[in-house]
Amino acid sequence: MLTGVPTVKQTAVYVYQTPVRIWHWVNALSITILAITGYLIANPLPTLPGEASDHYLMGNMRFFHFAAAYVFIVGFIFRIYWAIVGNSHSHQLFTLPFWRRSFWSELVHEVRWYAFLEKEPRKYVGHNPLAHLFMVVIITVGGLVMIVTGMALYSEQTGLGSWQDHLFGWVIPFVGQSQDVRMWHHWGMWVIVVFVMLHVYTAIREDIMSRQSLISTMISGWRMFKDDRP
Amino acid sequence: MAMTETFYEVMRRQGITRRSFLKFCSLTATALGLEPALAGKIAHAMETKPRTPVLWLHGLECTCCSESFIRSAHPLVSDVVLSMISLDYDDLIMASAGHQAEAILTEIREKYKGNYILAVEGNPPLNQDGMSCIVGGRPFVEQLKEVASDCKAVISWGSCASWGCVQAAHPNPTQATPVHEVITDKPLIKVPGCPPIAEVMTGVITYMLTFDRIPELDRQGRPKMFYGQRIHDKCYRRPHFDAGQFVEDWDDEGARKGYCLYKMGCKGPTTYNACSTVRWNNGVSFPIQSGHGCIGCSEDGFWDKGSFYDHVTNTHVFGIEANADRVGIAAAGTVGVAVTAHAVASAVRRIKQGAGEHHEENDKT
Repeated sequence: MLTGVPTVKQTAVYVYQTPVRIWHWVNALSITILAITGYLIANPLPTLPGEASDHYLMGNMRFFHFAAAYVFIVGFIFRIYWAIVGNSHSHQLFTLPFWRRSFWSELVHEVRWYAFLEKEPRKYVGHNPLAHLFMVVIITVGGLVMIVTGMALYSEQTGLGSWQDHLFGWVIPFVGQSQDVRMWHHWGMWVIVVFVMLHVYTAIREDIMSRQSLISTMISGWRMFKDDRP
Repeated sequence: MAMTETFYEVMRRQGITRRSFLKFCSLTATALGLEPALAGKIAHAMETKPRTPVLWLHGLECTCCSESFIRSAHPLVSDVVLSMISLDYDDLIMASAGHQAEAILTEIREKYKGNYILAVEGNPPLNQDGMSCIVGGRPFVEQLKEVASDCKAVISWGSCASWGCVQAAHPNPTQATPVHEVITDKPLIKVPGCPPIAEVMTGVITYMLTFDRIPELDRQGRPKMFYGQRIHDKCYRRPHFDAGQFVEDWDDEGARKGYCLYKMGCKGPTTYNACSTVRWNNGVSFPIQSGHGCIGCSEDGFWDKGSFYDHVTNTHVFGIEANADRVGIAAAGTVGVAVTAHAVASAVRRIKQGAGEHHEENDKT
C-alpha cells in the first residue's frame, strides 16, 4: 500500500543549546589564533629591516596570543558553568563513564566502524563514545594543561607578586624550569592541531556517512536522525 | 673576645678608613635597592653588631664562584666584604693548610655554635659513600653535614650547590646532589649562576651580615632582588625582539646591528638572573651584549636542556632526541595523509554500498 509518505523519516532531538554552540565556534576561533600565533612566537617570521621603532610584529603576535588565550580561558570557565546549569548533554565534556561496560564495547564498535569493519554505525544523541573520549582528553584535560602552562609562562612577564604568579607561578618549579614549561606548552599545541584535523574530518565524514547530523547540529542545535531503526 | 668584635672594628683593623666604610654602606644600600635612609642603618648595624663568621666550603666544583667573588666590581666592596667574612676557612684563599686548617673548622663550630653562616660552593656526590669528593681525607658530604649542623643559615653558591650543574648532568655518575637536598633543616639561600655575578654574591652576603636575616626569596629559594626577573625582561636588545628583528646567522647584517638573539637559541627568556642589569667585569658587558645568546647557566639543569643554539630545544623524554616542531609537523602530515586515505576509502565504500542498494531496489521491482 503506497501512500506517498517517504520511507526515510527524520527524527530530531535538541542537543546543543545556544550558549554551547556559541562557545564551540568562539573556541574554534581562539584555538586557531592560538595555534598560529603560538607557532610564530616559537618560530618567528623572517627579520624585518629598518629600526626597531618601525615595527612591533612580535609584540602584536604575542598580544593576539594572549588575547585569544584569555578568550579561551573565559570560554572554558563559562563552559564549566554551563555544564552545571545546561541540559544533560552539556555534562558530557566533563564526565567519562569509565566504569560503564557498554561505553567501552560501544567504543570498540565505533573504532571498528572507522576501520570499515562494521556495516553501520550506532546512533547517538550526544557524542559517540570515541568522540566523547577524545573530547574529554583533548579539550577538557588538554585545554586545562594548556591554560595552566600558558598562564605560568604569562606570569613570567606579569612578574612576581602578580595574580597570575600567585595562581600559576608554582607550575614552573613543579615542571622543572621555564624552558621545560615552554616545551610542553609547545607539544600541547601540536596535540591540539592533530586533534583539530581529526575532529574536522570526522565531523564531515560522519555528517555524510553516519545515521545522524553533525555539522548542522552545531549550528542549529538539533540532532537529525536519518532513519527510524534503533 | 672575637665574639665582641664588630664588623666596623674589623674593617678599621684592616686599614679601611671611616670615609670608605660609609661609602661602602651607601653603595650597598643602593645595590640592594634599599631606600637611601637605610645606608645609615647599615652603618649603625655594622658599628654595633658583632661580626658573624662565614665558613666557605668547597665540594665538587671548579672554583669559578670564588674567582668571581674576589673580582667583585668595586675594589672597595671586595676589600670590605673579604674583611667581613672569616677567612679562617676557605680552600681558595686561606693561609693555613692540612690539619691546622681542618682544626679551624672545629674551632669555629664550637666557638660560634649556631651563629655562623655556611657558604657552600659546589655540591656533595653521594654515590660510593661520597668517595668522589674527598676533603681533608674524608668525604665532602660528611664535612658538609657536620659544619651545617651548627650553622645559622646556608648559602648555596652557584649552580653546583643550587641545582647540581655539570657534574649532576645526565647520567650523573657520582650522584652529585644539590645542597638543599642534603641539608634540609636550615634556612638556605640559592645564588645560582655559573658563576654567579660578583656583585650579586657580595650583595647577598652583605645583606645577610648587616640585617641578620636572609633576603626575601622566590619559590625556588633565590633572592628576589637579583633573580626576580628574566634576562629577557631587562635586555637592551628587547626592542628588537618586540619588533621582530632577529639575528638569523652569526655573521649576518642582524648580528652586526645587534638584533635579538632569540633565533640563535638565546635562553634570556627563560633565565632568571641579573646579568642584563648588573652585567659583568665592572659592568663592562654580558654575553648578549658581546653578541652571544644567554646559555641559561643559572637555571636548573641547564646542561640537559638541549643545544645552547636552538630555541625550540630537543625533548629527551622519549628516549631519542626529538624536537616538538619536527615531530609535530611529521604527525600533522601523517594524520593529513591518513585522513585523506580514509576519506577516499569511505567514499569508495559508500559508492559500492549505494550501488548495492540500487541493485537491491532494482531486484525488488
